[in-house]
Formats: sequence, C-alpha cells, structure tokens
Amino acid sequence: MATSTGVSTSTIISSKDANIYYGNFLAVRDVTIDIPKNSITAFIGPSGCGKSTVLRCFNRLNDLITSFKMRGSIHYHGQDLYSPEIDPVAVRRQIGMVFQKPNPFPKSIYDNIAFGPRLVKYRGNMDELVERSLRGAALWDEVKDKLRESGLALSGGQQQRLCIARAIAMQPDVILMDEPCAALDPISTLKVEDLLQELKEKYTIVIVTHNMQQASRASDYTAFFNVEQTERGRTGYIAECDRTEVIFQNPQQQATQAYVSGRFG
Amino acid sequence: MAVSPNRELEPMKRDRTPFARNLDTAFVWLTGGFAGLIALLLIAIAVRVGVDASPAMAKFGLGFLFESRWNPVTDVYSAFPQIYGTLVSSFLALFLAVPIGLGVAIFLSEDFIPAKIQRPVVFLIELLAAIPSVVYGLWGIFVLIPILRDLGKGIHQSLGWLPLFSTSPSGPGMYVAGIILGIMILPIITAIARDALVAVPIELRQAAYGLGATRWETILQIIVPAAFSGIVGGIMLALGRAMGETMAVTMVIGNANKANISLFDQGSTVSSLLANQFAEASGLQVASLMYAAIVLFVLTLIVNILAQVVVKRVNRI
Amino acid sequence: MNSNPSPTIDDVSSTSPLIKRLQRQPSSPRTLFNSFMTGLVFVCAACAIIPLFAVLWYVISQGGARLSTDLFTQLPPAANVLKGGGFGNAFIGTLTTVGIGSAIAIPCGILAAIFLSEFAKGTRLADWIGFLTNVLSGVPSIVVGVFAYSTVVLTTGGFSAVAGGFALAVLMLPIIVRTATEALALVPQESRQAAVGLGATRFQTVARVVLPAALPPILTGVMLAVARASGETAPLIFTALFKNFWADGVWEPTATLSVLVFNFATTPYKNQQELAAAGSLILVLMVLTASILSRLVVKRQ
Repeated sequence: MATSTGVSTSTIISSKDANIYYGNFLAVRDVTIDIPKNSITAFIGPSGCGKSTVLRCFNRLNDLITSFKMRGSIHYHGQDLYSPEIDPVAVRRQIGMVFQKPNPFPKSIYDNIAFGPRLVKYRGNMDELVERSLRGAALWDEVKDKLRESGLALSGGQQQRLCIARAIAMQPDVILMDEPCAALDPISTLKVEDLLQELKEKYTIVIVTHNMQQASRASDYTAFFNVEQTERGRTGYIAECDRTEVIFQNPQQQATQAYVSGRFG
Repeated sequence: MAVSPNRELEPMKRDRTPFARNLDTAFVWLTGGFAGLIALLLIAIAVRVGVDASPAMAKFGLGFLFESRWNPVTDVYSAFPQIYGTLVSSFLALFLAVPIGLGVAIFLSEDFIPAKIQRPVVFLIELLAAIPSVVYGLWGIFVLIPILRDLGKGIHQSLGWLPLFSTSPSGPGMYVAGIILGIMILPIITAIARDALVAVPIELRQAAYGLGATRWETILQIIVPAAFSGIVGGIMLALGRAMGETMAVTMVIGNANKANISLFDQGSTVSSLLANQFAEASGLQVASLMYAAIVLFVLTLIVNILAQVVVKRVNRI
Repeated sequence: MNSNPSPTIDDVSSTSPLIKRLQRQPSSPRTLFNSFMTGLVFVCAACAIIPLFAVLWYVISQGGARLSTDLFTQLPPAANVLKGGGFGNAFIGTLTTVGIGSAIAIPCGILAAIFLSEFAKGTRLADWIGFLTNVLSGVPSIVVGVFAYSTVVLTTGGFSAVAGGFALAVLMLPIIVRTATEALALVPQESRQAAVGLGATRFQTVARVVLPAALPPILTGVMLAVARASGETAPLIFTALFKNFWADGVWEPTATLSVLVFNFATTPYKNQQELAAAGSLILVLMVLTASILSRLVVKRQ
C-alpha cells in the first residue's frame, strides 16, 4: 500500500514478493503489500484467488498444512516471520485469528475466553479479563448471566462475537478475520461491522470478505485479488491495492472496476 | 366394462398375480425373520445357558460368587477366584493398554509422520487385532513368560514389600495374563479412539492454534476432551473383550484356583475355568460351569451395552 | 502492550522485547513439554508395533522349519514320537467346521442385512436389531461355545464338527450382518429407483441390482468373518473337541488347527511344540491373507 497517502501511518505487516506453494503448485504469486497500523484492510476478490491463503500466512497458520511452502518475505514490525528463529506459536499470540465459521470450543463461555490467557499463565484477574474481552466484543450484556453455559448454546452471531472476544483476550496486536460474517444473518453482520470500527482503535485488522458493501463500508484500505489460469492450475495475485474509496470509486484497473461493480466474481 | 381387453396390456396384468405379489411379500418377511434371528440368538443364549445352570444356581445361590471352593470330588462349587481373576486381569490390561493405546491413537490422528507411512501403520495395528488368541498364547508361553519371569523376579526383589509384588514369579501368572490381554485389546482402543479424535472438527483445532496454543496444548486441552466420550466407549468395548478373552489367558495364567493380591501369583479366570474343565465335566460340575458362564455373559453384556450407548451418543453428535 | 503506542517499523530493533517474544525458546518449559510428549507417542507407537513383529517373527522362525507337504498329509504324532508327523486331520477339520459355520452364517447374515438396509432402513426396529448385532458380537466366544454345547452337543448326543460349526456361525453372524448392511447402504438410491421404475419387484430389485452392486464389499466382510472363525479356539474345545485321527464324518469329534495349537503348546514334547508353531503359522497366514485381500477389495472400490 502506498505509504505516501498522507495519513500518518506506520506499517505493521509488510509482505514482499511472497510466493505461496502447495507442493509444486503455485497458489498465490508476488504478494507485495503493507498493512498500516490501526486500520482495517479488506481483501476482496473472486473465490480461489488466495485471499484466505495470504491471510493465514500472516500468522503462520498455513504451517499446519504439510505441503505448504512460502518464498519471499513477510515482515512483522521489521522481523521476518518466516525466519528460522521465529516461533510460530508466539506469532499467533500476537496476531489473532477469527474464522469464517464460528468455532467456539465445546466449553463454557468463560472457559472459551480464558483458554488463551491460561496458556500463557496470565497472572492478572481472570474474571476482569473475561469481562473486558466480552465487553470489547459487544457481547457482555447478552451473556453476563450465563458465563458458565456452553459457548455452543449461543446463536451464530453471538458465537462469532465470542470468538472475537476470545481473540481479544490474548491482547493481540493484529486480528485477522477470514470472512467473519459469511455464516451470519444480516443483523448479526451489522453488529460485527460496528464492532470492527471500535476494534480498530486498539488493533490492526485485516479482513477477508466476499461482500462488496462490507468492504466499502467498513475498511480503510482494500486489496483486490484476482486469479489467472496457468497450465499448472489457478494462481492468485494482488491486482490492485489502495485506499478503499479509490478502489471503489476510481480503480486503476478494469478487472477491479468490473469486480467492485458486480460484473464478475 | 369393455368386452375386449387390450391385448398389449395382458402381460403386465399377469405380472401382478396374487401369487407373485405374495411371493414378494414372503421374501420381505423371510429377510425380516433372519434379522429377528439375531435378537432371538441373544435371548436363546441367556435362556439355554441359564436353564442348564439352574441346578447349580439352586444349590449354591449367590454364595457361588463369593466363595472359593471348586471341588469335583465333594461336588461343591463356587467361583470367586475366577471372577476376581477375570476382573483383575482385565483391569490390569486396561491399565497398560489405555495410556499406550491412546498415545498411539493420537500419534495416528495427527501428522507426526507423513500420510504415506501413517496408513500402513494403521493397517499394522489392525493386524494386531486379527492374530488369533491361541497364537498369542503360544507366543506368551515360549517368548513372553521367559522374559517377564526374569523382569518379575527383579521387581519382586526390590518391591516385594508391596502386596502386589509379594510372591516370587514362577512363570505363568496374573501379570502375564494382564500384559498379553493388554496387547490384544490395544488395537480396539486405538481404532475407536482414533476415529473419535479424527472426527473432532478441524475448526476447533484451528481455533486453538490461532490463539497461540502449541500442538500438545491443542491436543490435550481441546481435541482429547472433545473426543472424550468416544474414547470412553472404546475403552469399555476393550474391557468387554478382555473379560471374555479365553485362549491366551488360559495358556499363561497358571490356572490355579486361588485369588491372591500378588500379581506374580498364578490364578484363573472364568473363561480359563470353562476352557479347562468343560470338556471333561459332568453333572453338577457342568451346571456350575454354566453358572460361571452366565456370570461372564452378564458382566460382558452390561459393559458392552454401556459401551454401545456411549459410542452411539458420540455418533449422533 | 496495547495501552502503549506500538512502535513503528523503523524503531523496532531485533533486541526489542516484542521481537524477543516472537523468537523460539528451545529451553522453555512449553517447548520441552511439547518435545517430550511427541517423543512419548512415538514410544507408544513402537510399543504397539513391537508385539506384532515379535509374534510374526516367532511363528515364522519356529513354524517355518516344519513347513512341508507332510504337515497336510500326516496325522499328529503321539507324545513319544520324536520326529515327523503333521496335522492333516486338523487342517481338514478346520476347513470342515469353518465351512459348516459359513454355510449357516453367510446366507442368514446377508438376508438379515437385506432386511436391515432395504426394507427396514431408518426404522426403530432396524436400530434395535443393529444394536443387538453389536451386543451379540461382544458376547465372549467361550460363552458361545457353552451355548453350542448346550444346544447341539447335548441334544445330538455328542461332540461333533457340526456343533463346532454352529458355534462359529454364531460368532460370524454379527460380522457378516454389520459389513453387509454397510455394503448395501453404499449402493446408490438411484439404482434402486431405476429398477423399481422398470417394474421390478422388491425381490428382483434386490437380487438383480442391489446385491450384485454390493458384492465386493460383502465378500470383504465374509472373508474377515471366515478368517476370524478359522483362528477361533475357545468355542471349539468342547464342541468339536479333538481327535488324533481322520474324521469319520461331521457328526464325530473333529480335530481343528486352533485346538491342536492349544493342546500341543502345553505339552512338554519338542516335536509337538514345533507342530503347534507350524499350526500357528498356517493360522496367521490365513488371517493375514484375508485381511490383505479384503484391504485390496476395499481399495479398488
């Protein structure tokens, strides 16, 4: 992302010429993007273009796939995330993740939130942290009387906010969201979008979305991913990235124009 | 109605003669009858063995379960040592097989080794369950006992003050039976626990990793608890199998009519009693053996039904 | 750390606390625990596999030396015979008892499976019978032997291959029912609808369309049941009993390989012990062949 946009920003994640492979297959090529701090960056594009793949590279969640390989570099606060001395587990503490499908643990609401902090032997007041996290995810008022009930008993929208609260409880630096509203109804979606605006005061957010309105409404920056057919399969790449209003109102590329106006994808 | 029937429809009509229709219905009933046979078999087992055991039940009552006399000369029978031996050898087997079996299940449900190697390993563990009991028994006599006897002597010398190790091992005994049973039930625990672990949704695993949990924090705090009831079901099925297992146990337990707290002592189980005495028994001794068989039947039935219920509940989730 | 302004990209040096926190700590308790547990499950896997190879090695090394045609043509040696002999009668006896068991269990099991998957699918009755099938497969084989003794030996007046075969049939039945029900359930619903649409009766649909389509996996189940039955010993020792000579018919006491292994393993005579090992080798080969074959059938599906 252009750093000459005028607004005072500092870059928190910076990816340079990242090529992502599954086995010998090049899934995404030449990913060069800077994620500015305390902002919301949206990844949009047709399905299969590698948005989620890139997102998962930012907290090394792709390490779980054995055939995964990354060439190039992704820096976080200037530190190469893929250098051998980096502990991927520690990276995921700093860079949290919210998934497409709400995935609370089959535990109580309280234990869902406390799971992460307990892993790092959190020494503060756990009750307070749980309350703060639930408030942060705008869920406290709905669940404060049933903290001991199973997280699975909540509605889909509540479950997703529980997952956000669970991520917040780790006090991360960055929160990655992989289509967090894809499985939610419109009202729950609006609630989560409102929440995003509050969260960006404290956190840096990168969100993958299929929903054009969501990207234009909620994000500060937008990266448009496209996909090209090669003889070895479909390879994704970043076609264009800029401030959200530029992408939606005055894109430089025809493909972007076509996509944001709903003509393909 | 019209006088002349449509000739072309004639064959169609003939197809549905009452005879053919009845034949088809009879086929359905026939298959139903054979399905019913399964239920009938279970009832028949209980009834036949129960009826044949009734003389011994009438004579010895519930005392049969708590006393230790087995004397064909005076015709007095009770089976406490065998029931004790069945339970002790089975639980010893569980004590050994549950941690190892669970470890193997975790090993084979995670990506510790490449899938190409993992599949053959799963198959090898399945083969472990296919080897006939009597072959384990043979191996137990000629390979396992010589190894365990020396090992057992060492344990007896250093830990002999513990009641569990208070006698010197003389070869066959309860400990050999427990270990060989442990080997035999391990594949059951592994197979069912692995199924339960693999069935845990991938999303939960990702959520835990996404929060910065290590692999083992994820396994122990998220995946194993989520698969817990399936694992318990597998353990119970294995317990049922261990209690009923006969040949290998008969060949290595020593077949002594006593219940000693020491695992190095010889003992017997209900099934080894049956295997040893049934062919040559007569009269009240047969009835008493049938009584012992009923006890074993009821024990395994309870364990198996509980296991089915637990496993079923897992499948429904 | 969220309360403080985060440092920008330039002012984070590689020694800053944040970057330190991201780096691997090979000696931290969590890392050590992780490595320890991973090592532990590798040990568990080794512990599980070692007995398999130990047993296989034992029967191959001890029984392999005796492999010859004599095994299948000669009778078991008496205790005082130091050399030679075979288990021809026991091998035939195993084939006989397993054959009788299969002749009873295979048709019964497949017909029951047809009812469960074709005519009663999803009903409460089918659920119950499925449940009872699982319970039946958990009944100890020795108890099944007692049952066979009580129903066949006592009523026909003596130990026989038929009594042994009956006991084996009870043990094979639940395996066949379960695998055949699963196999039939795999046949696509469209095939059935096509047959019914062409005017086939229920019998014709099952016999001409569903059963042929499900045959390979059904055979797998049958093979596994046969393999398991041929290794069974407990239900045979007081039904088929044993006999040192060739059988005169199916209503006579009959030697089987598995009972021979049991009898000869517990004798002090070297010659007989060797035969027990050779018998084990044959049993293991039968079981392994069936398992591997059924594996191949499933794979081809």
